[in-house]
Amino acid sequence: MEVATTTEISSQIRRDIIRMVTDVQSGHPGGSLGCTDFFTVLFFEIMNIDPTNFTIDGIGEDLFFLSNGHISPVYYSTLAHKGYFDKSELATFRKINSRLQGHPSPAKGLPGIRVATGSLGQGLSVAIGAALAKKLNGDENIVYSLHGDGELQEGQVWEAAMYAAGNKVDNIIATVDYNHKQIDGDIDDVLPMGDLAQKWEAFGWQVLEMDGHDHAAIKNTLQKAKSMCGNGKPVVIIMTTIMGKGVDFMMHTHKWHGSAPSEEQAEQALSQLEETLGDY
Amino acid sequence: MNKTFEIQDYKDTRSGFGAGLQELGKSHPNVVALCADLTGSLKMNAFQDENPDRFFQVGIAEANMMGLAAGLTIGGKIPFTGTFANFSTGRVYDQIRQSIAYSNKNVKICASHAGLTLGEDGATHQILEDIGLMKMLPNMTVISPCDYNETKAATIAIADYEGPVYLRFGRPKVPNFTDPNKKFEIGKAEILNEGKDVTIIATGHMVWKAIEAGKELLEKGINPEIINVHTIKPFDEKTVIESVNKTKCVVTAEEHMMNGGLGDTVAQTLAKNHPSPLEMVAVNDTFGESGKGEELLAKYHIDTADIVAAVQRVIQRK
Repeated sequence: MEVATTTEISSQIRRDIIRMVTDVQSGHPGGSLGCTDFFTVLFFEIMNIDPTNFTIDGIGEDLFFLSNGHISPVYYSTLAHKGYFDKSELATFRKINSRLQGHPSPAKGLPGIRVATGSLGQGLSVAIGAALAKKLNGDENIVYSLHGDGELQEGQVWEAAMYAAGNKVDNIIATVDYNHKQIDGDIDDVLPMGDLAQKWEAFGWQVLEMDGHDHAAIKNTLQKAKSMCGNGKPVVIIMTTIMGKGVDFMMHTHKWHGSAPSEEQAEQALSQLEETLGDY
Repeated sequence: MNKTFEIQDYKDTRSGFGAGLQELGKSHPNVVALCADLTGSLKMNAFQDENPDRFFQVGIAEANMMGLAAGLTIGGKIPFTGTFANFSTGRVYDQIRQSIAYSNKNVKICASHAGLTLGEDGATHQILEDIGLMKMLPNMTVISPCDYNETKAATIAIADYEGPVYLRFGRPKVPNFTDPNKKFEIGKAEILNEGKDVTIIATGHMVWKAIEAGKELLEKGINPEIINVHTIKPFDEKTVIESVNKTKCVVTAEEHMMNGGLGDTVAQTLAKNHPSPLEMVAVNDTFGESGKGEELLAKYHIDTADIVAAVQRVIQRK
């Protein structure tokens, strides 16, 4: 069987995102579409993971934490296509008795999820804690995390950033989804954050930047980030993305941060996204 | 009072925590400890000195500490966090709620300087709401031991219990009277004195106050049953109901706000199972202030005399 390319996988994940949020008329399509390329490359080309033998402890494998838990649709679709659970379960997203909660949680036992996120700003601390556990266990695998740019307005993120640099936690690669948008509008209108790269550098992190839609660039940058691990400093990647990427009317606006398209809009969106691996 | 209680010495419960943690350092290789710049106050120095690789100084950043602790469980560690009760609960409620309780992580939140007996630092630091905040969280176990020996035993016991725990203790030196060899059973209330006229249910520092009150009551011809509720959640309803079946009235005593505390839990239990007169000795909807611990207990009416008075009131209501 021919292995799907990351481009094909991304297209299917984007279809899944649109179908999931449309079905329940809720959820967060904008950031999900914007981070689809990152999720695809990270899970299918970078991370050392064992989807069929999922354990919370994840000893001997890489770990991933989604700090901006509201983009759960892209996370769930990626996990399903990677084999953590059957893709048919995506149809239960945000419905009663589902393991696919609105925001990710291990409470219902969904494989792939190790901690609850959604209330913003907490994931970096958890990821650093897991990285410390890996060091204590002599486990040389890496901890990855993803954060929204607006999420960096939460003070806890900077407590965690200060801790990791001050304590040489050098087995973590955090990525910031820099789409310049949050629910109420452009970041510069809500709360300007200045030069993000300089801020992380000032906190003692090694900073990389990448285009979050160029699969080759994502792969190269993540590999470079891996090569920078183990030298006494944590790594952050500032990833430029377009919220709503892949659906023309959803791009370049914060409108689709947390609202679902109508059936008609969904049809229009799906017509722009090729069904490559089969809809759930 | 049928039993006498001998004071072995006067010790702070936080030192019981420190001693328990030190033992865990030797016996439990997966136990790790985190502290937010209060290592001396929390008596965590011995663990730190003996296990530098398993001790994490996080600085004055309690939110991050709770997240780090949640993350450390992923990989099998058993993290014990240490700071004052105020900064262990109210300051980091959402971090505990999402990253620890909802995520059901095996974190032990160890909180010193709880209640009024923190003393001179005043109301900013004297949290009286922490038991309520923690007992409301699903998955959370809430433990409030009464003296040094019991705090040490509780610290050791929670390491072998899987799940989030809130362990509350205090600053002042108080009578140390429980059996140092007693095994700590999470969730099991302990009848300290069998009586028949009233059930006094106490937790934390107020357990010794209840014993003192019991001596005074006996001189007044009242024979109290005294129960030490060191585990507020899960609450030992059975022991309490059996006692109330006999005594027909209850007084609770705690160094905590009346709203949300042990008295609340007892009131629920009685209302559901055995409606009975109840008086609560607790702080009544007010903040504390600076002063010596004993002065504050007297001023805010959570002292021995207040337990005696509450017993006399509740017996009239039978």
